[in-house]
Amino acid sequence: MGKEKAKSGSLARRPDNSAFKQQRLPAWSPMLTANTVLPFFYFMSLICMLLGVWLLLTVQSTQEIKVDYTHAGECNVCFEIRKNMSNAGESCICTVEFSIEKPFKGDVFFYYGLQNFHQNLRRYMDSRDDAQMVGWKENLKNPSIYCEPFKKDQNGLPIAPCGAVANSIFNDSFTLTYIDSSGTEHKVPLLRRGITWYTDKNVKFRNPKVDNLTLAQVFEGTTKPLYWQKPVYELDPHQATNNGFINDDLIVWMREAAFPNFKKLYGILYRANKPFTKGLPAGNYKIEISYNFPVQYFRGRKQVVLTTLTWFGGQNHFLPIAYLVTSSLILLIAVVLTVVWLKFGKNGKNMEE
Amino acid sequence: MTHFVSHVSAEEERRVRANDREYNEKFQYASNCIMTSKYNIITFLPVNLFEQFQEVANTYFLFLLILQLIPQISSLSWFTTIVPLALVLSITAVKDATDDYFRHKSDNQVNNRQSQVLIRGSLQNEKWMNVRVGDIIKLENNQFVAADLLLLSSSEPHGLCYIETAELDGETNMKVRQSVSVTSELGDPNNLASFDGEVVCEPPNNKLDRFCGTLYWRDKKYTLTNQNMLLRGCVLRNTEACYGLVIFAGPDTKLMQNSGRTKFKRTSIDRLMNTLVLWIFGFLVCMGVILAVGNAVWEREVGSLFQSYLPWDPPVDNFLFSAFLSFWSYVIILNTVVPISLYVSVEVIRLGHSYFINWDQQMFCSQCNTAAEARTTTLNEELGQVEYIFSDKTGTLTQNIMSFNKCSINGQTYGEVTDPLGPQPKRLDFTPFNPLADPDFCFYDDTLLESVKVGDLHTHEFFRLLSLCHTVMSEEKSEGELVYKAQSPDEGALVTAARNFGFVFRSRTPGTITTIEMGRPVTYTLLAILDFNNIRKRMSVIVRNPEGKIRLYCKGADTVLLERLHPCNHELMNITSDHLNEYAADGLRTLALAYRDLSEDEWEAWSASHRCADKATDCREDRLAAAYEQIEQDMMLLGATAIEDKLQEGVPETIAVLSLANIKIWVLTGDKQETAVNIGYSCKMLTDDMTEVFIISGHTVQSVRQELRSEHVSVLDDVWIEFALIINGHSLAHALEADMETEFVSTACACKAVICCRVTPLQKAQVVELIKKHKKAVTLAIGDGANDVSMIKSAHIGVGISGQEGIQAVLASDYSFSQFRFLQRLLLVHGRWSYLRMCRFLCYFFYKNFAFTMVHFWFGFFCGFSAQTVYDQYFITLYNIVYTSLPVLAMGIFDQDVPDQRSLEYPKLYEPGQLNLLFNKKEFFICIAQGIYTSVVLFFVPYAVLSDATQSNGVPLADYQTFAVTTATALVIVVSVQITLDTGFWTVINHVFVWGSLGSYFTIMFALHSQTLFRIFPNQFHFVGSAQSTLLQPVVWLTIALATAICIVPVLAFRFLKLDLKPQLSDTVRYTQLVRQKKRKPVGRSGRLGARGGSRRSGYAFAHQEGFGELITSGKNMRLSSLALATFASRHSSSWIDTLRRKKHTHAHTPPKHCKTCKICFPFLSLICCLTYFTSTPHFLFLHHIDVFYYNGLVELHLNARSQCFFLLFASQAFFGLPKAQIMLMYL
Repeated sequence: MGKEKAKSGSLARRPDNSAFKQQRLPAWSPMLTANTVLPFFYFMSLICMLLGVWLLLTVQSTQEIKVDYTHAGECNVCFEIRKNMSNAGESCICTVEFSIEKPFKGDVFFYYGLQNFHQNLRRYMDSRDDAQMVGWKENLKNPSIYCEPFKKDQNGLPIAPCGAVANSIFNDSFTLTYIDSSGTEHKVPLLRRGITWYTDKNVKFRNPKVDNLTLAQVFEGTTKPLYWQKPVYELDPHQATNNGFINDDLIVWMREAAFPNFKKLYGILYRANKPFTKGLPAGNYKIEISYNFPVQYFRGRKQVVLTTLTWFGGQNHFLPIAYLVTSSLILLIAVVLTVVWLKFGKNGKNMEE
Repeated sequence: MTHFVSHVSAEEERRVRANDREYNEKFQYASNCIMTSKYNIITFLPVNLFEQFQEVANTYFLFLLILQLIPQISSLSWFTTIVPLALVLSITAVKDATDDYFRHKSDNQVNNRQSQVLIRGSLQNEKWMNVRVGDIIKLENNQFVAADLLLLSSSEPHGLCYIETAELDGETNMKVRQSVSVTSELGDPNNLASFDGEVVCEPPNNKLDRFCGTLYWRDKKYTLTNQNMLLRGCVLRNTEACYGLVIFAGPDTKLMQNSGRTKFKRTSIDRLMNTLVLWIFGFLVCMGVILAVGNAVWEREVGSLFQSYLPWDPPVDNFLFSAFLSFWSYVIILNTVVPISLYVSVEVIRLGHSYFINWDQQMFCSQCNTAAEARTTTLNEELGQVEYIFSDKTGTLTQNIMSFNKCSINGQTYGEVTDPLGPQPKRLDFTPFNPLADPDFCFYDDTLLESVKVGDLHTHEFFRLLSLCHTVMSEEKSEGELVYKAQSPDEGALVTAARNFGFVFRSRTPGTITTIEMGRPVTYTLLAILDFNNIRKRMSVIVRNPEGKIRLYCKGADTVLLERLHPCNHELMNITSDHLNEYAADGLRTLALAYRDLSEDEWEAWSASHRCADKATDCREDRLAAAYEQIEQDMMLLGATAIEDKLQEGVPETIAVLSLANIKIWVLTGDKQETAVNIGYSCKMLTDDMTEVFIISGHTVQSVRQELRSEHVSVLDDVWIEFALIINGHSLAHALEADMETEFVSTACACKAVICCRVTPLQKAQVVELIKKHKKAVTLAIGDGANDVSMIKSAHIGVGISGQEGIQAVLASDYSFSQFRFLQRLLLVHGRWSYLRMCRFLCYFFYKNFAFTMVHFWFGFFCGFSAQTVYDQYFITLYNIVYTSLPVLAMGIFDQDVPDQRSLEYPKLYEPGQLNLLFNKKEFFICIAQGIYTSVVLFFVPYAVLSDATQSNGVPLADYQTFAVTTATALVIVVSVQITLDTGFWTVINHVFVWGSLGSYFTIMFALHSQTLFRIFPNQFHFVGSAQSTLLQPVVWLTIALATAICIVPVLAFRFLKLDLKPQLSDTVRYTQLVRQKKRKPVGRSGRLGARGGSRRSGYAFAHQEGFGELITSGKNMRLSSLALATFASRHSSSWIDTLRRKKHTHAHTPPKHCKTCKICFPFLSLICCLTYFTSTPHFLFLHHIDVFYYNGLVELHLNARSQCFFLLFASQAFFGLPKAQIMLMYL
């Protein structure tokens, strides 16, 4: 309280007369008056409306096609084969056909989709070792306890990459073929690079650094995850730099989805050559699927999604509609408030008692 | 104190043998070392932690922490709980440690006091803590008694000694203790050293007024009572030395036995909060159960199929066990609905409010240099909910200063201030006329002085009466410097008035009164004093003047005096009656004055009958009264006086404002009915508009019941008429009995004003308890004296006036200040704001935590009920302590709906608090609903948008980290927007905190998602790059904007509608303030504050006790001692302190304005200074000192007959320096 410095006598203990202590700080006391609230509502409604319309128009320009191949057509055979765990080593290839009525213009993105696959279970999400995947050697040989029970194999060899997430990697592969009107088949070229977050590819996933050793040597003393067919350093036979922990497919898979139904990027249409320079032309397509990933255990479904993008991403009808609905609701509220205010409003003044 | 408990169970009686340590040691009595501290350095940590974990909240969080350490359950990292918990625990520990440090210091100080102990025949200095039971110690004057002693002998005759018990029971008058006659002869140390008596007595207890034991010595038994005991905490006064035998030491002493813990007060918001927190726990368990059931179903239906990808944890073998674990996991996740920061924030806010009270300049009294002080920091918001105020009268409503205001002499009234609107009348200067005049005396009417100067006989006789007919004693320190010691301030005022008008009472002996009349010394022979008592309501003196004429002077209540006048006074009586009515209407205390000439024969005859009555053994009182009655007849009226019992500044206004705020004020006073009613009128509690003022003064149960019934009926008959109730102490005792309680409460509460007079301190507390019990209303007790302590402690809020009656009330109080009028600011401004802020804070707090936590609940349905959190664990840790804590704290501390002047102008603004409108169960549910709504929006909008959206480079946005960042950002933005809506008073601090919190959120998020941290701790910061990747996406911002709009628009619409259709008074005031800031027009306040009352009341407003009459005439007086001043420091200490101050002023020219308490310059100055010193230290220190110095029980202020007698005896001895021989005579 009173700092007894220069003050003396009867006022020695008088509290300071500062605006703060006397609670008289200059302040702004806003109030919800009709002058501010009603225009605000109309303004909000207008903004939402404009945004909604704009988004709707944007979304209209995108195209998307989803092909569920879980047991579509000949994939049914593969589906049955995968039902039995003992056939895991057996390869199964099936083909699904579909057609596009309007050409997909611009960049086309190829996704695989999974339904009812819970990447968001707590223990599933925890079951990984980021330190191992960032290339820490001690974690390579001795993965985090969180990876249990996918930490070591029966022989006690550490698993790289460890954990349930890596273990359950989606291992179907796709070849998309365009069948033009003349019946000629064109393999649709897909870019399988650049499908990850920049930070994931360049920061979060690193191979252990050992000079003068091949990747295989680096990973010596570890074993591949239980369900994998190839070790991590041989994931991409075509491209040496796409192996180990920095494999794009692995990185994509390791970015866990928030919901049980999700899609993940598989590839991007490579538009350098005809007839794909402008995107995907209309016509018939077929996808050759190396059907490996079993979904029947958990009643899951698998899809292939092809879509074009705009500035705010893929086809997403919810956002524009939500904006339009919100806009109309705000408008409705605004009108009601205006009516109430005009008819019954006390406006503060006549409430003085 | 735990020590003591074990003792009691063991000890059935206490045996103490004097001077025999070996014998006494067998019993292992407690030593005289006291320990009020709780810890030492080693025990501090374990004991303090143990104590802290006795708090439910802390244990709960500890429990959560343990849960989090179980890997199968842990759904959150341990640090999400341990960081806030450690913060809270360490803050509390530091506070406790400081607290205990001061306790250690004070214990040491007390334990190391020196006392003289008789060891092996010689007196040796020993520390207090080394004194043992059975020791004989010597006490000297003004020393504190070290332990509970049996008084053995004293330097005074008859083994008498005098003690002051202020520390023990708050009474500042002296009490007499006497040793058993056999031991009182033991005199010197040599005899005492051979004393080997044995005391057998009751075990230690806390009854201050009772002791029973027996002394066995030389084969004889002597009964011991409380009269033989000197209790620890007392101070020896006016006794050179005395010896005592230690009976109870240290923790066994009555003082320590009484230092129970002060009751911990909780506010109603606290209680509500606790209930709500329990409900929330219930809710939490429900959610946990729902999610666990969900988990069971999911694990059975889906999870079991998913096992090839994610097998169950080893201990889990079926879905039920999984569900069980998931329940606890969800308890951990969802615990943030009641975050630990709630309790901390509430404490911080209250602390802030307390500081604002301490800092308030408008509650600073410059006269006494005291600022208001919030001595507890836990009750602030309750100040905004007070419905009943129980006020003491003397010293609280009044200043306890009487001033001679008006008089009527021979039909002529004086003292009227002619024109209230005219220039300030000049104060009369008496010094040129009368060198002996009291310079502090104020009077404005110079016609009276003129009348004295011209020698008007009536006027002279009037003042002569005033200078003779009283029991005041005078002390003349130096020539012409008179100090009057009056039993009641009324008498003092009258004698002082006479002194200034030239009739100076100078000194008295048992047989004479010496005055200076108009500069000429006159000595009257005092023949008799017909003392005052409550039935007679008058007093008379019979004096013989130097000429030999005998005259009886009488002053008394007009009701009794006017009917004893000579018939010839009829005309004068009418005029005087009119004057008396006028005075009474002004709320003044009136007395009528009369005289009667007596012839020598009349005197002789009456004197004989008086002597006869005096000597009578049976019905002496009645006989004396009859004798007095006999001579107080046929008197000649002189006039009347009117004394103003000066109200404190602003009392009527304050009462008016408070009652406009719908607060009921009850006055509880020890004063008599007339005085109380008088004050009731002068402070406008009672007005003539009141249809009826009920007076209940029945002495029996039946009569009280009857009186109550009849009133109850009339109260019920007409609700629109205002009633007032005045009830007497003895009637109150009946009314408080169980069967009449409800009746009394309903009647009393229907009355606009209630005055309880002649109530004991215990009854004060009972009345408060009664209202607490029956009305469920918040009560506030305000008082200044020791007799108010019980009431202050039992009310929800106790306010102490740091005035003139010492410091006891302040020590027991929760708030203290020096003027009654500050109460309106405390309640209407600080209390109201505190309540408002606390309510807004709680509403928002519950809202924000539900909005935050419930998102996990919704997510549970999508993540297989696996207790996966939606947010990053760092966000969960920091959300409550960093991202959202400061804006709501700023609102809780600084918010104002209307400025302080408005809350005083519109007392109605106080009502929402009383009706508990701003935060109750309904409001709580609204907040919760809003929180849940927000959580739904915050979960499902991002879900719907993101589950299908992709970045502009085609990478899907539906990954967990993007979703987490989006939801968290949306949440922080929505709650920030909400706080901007809730904040009504945007100071710089609010701006800084709101914008700062948002800024800190983004800064911290980017830091936590940075590459640097990830490189160091890859497993801890796996959100690397998420912030950047997410927040660069326009879709994310569109989502956040949409979610914010959907959350806020309905709130805004509801708020607007409420404001528009059902505006609260505060909204209206705020609106008018906003719209018409320039031309303010106060409304809502009634024009003039009440009309002046005009009922006829009579008040012989002397003190409650009889005067010194008998003592003066009997000549049982003693030596004059400046120390003896202390005896008068009872209820009428104010005038005494004033004179003292005056004296000091003229002596030393010290500045007059200074802390009054510091001016009390007798030895317990040290005590008071010490306590005053402590007032500047933090409040928690006090709690301890209340413990030590104050006793929990109830103080009975009224002296019982016996101690009163001793009191008078002692007083007169002190003032009239008569030789000791005379005292001996008196005793014989």
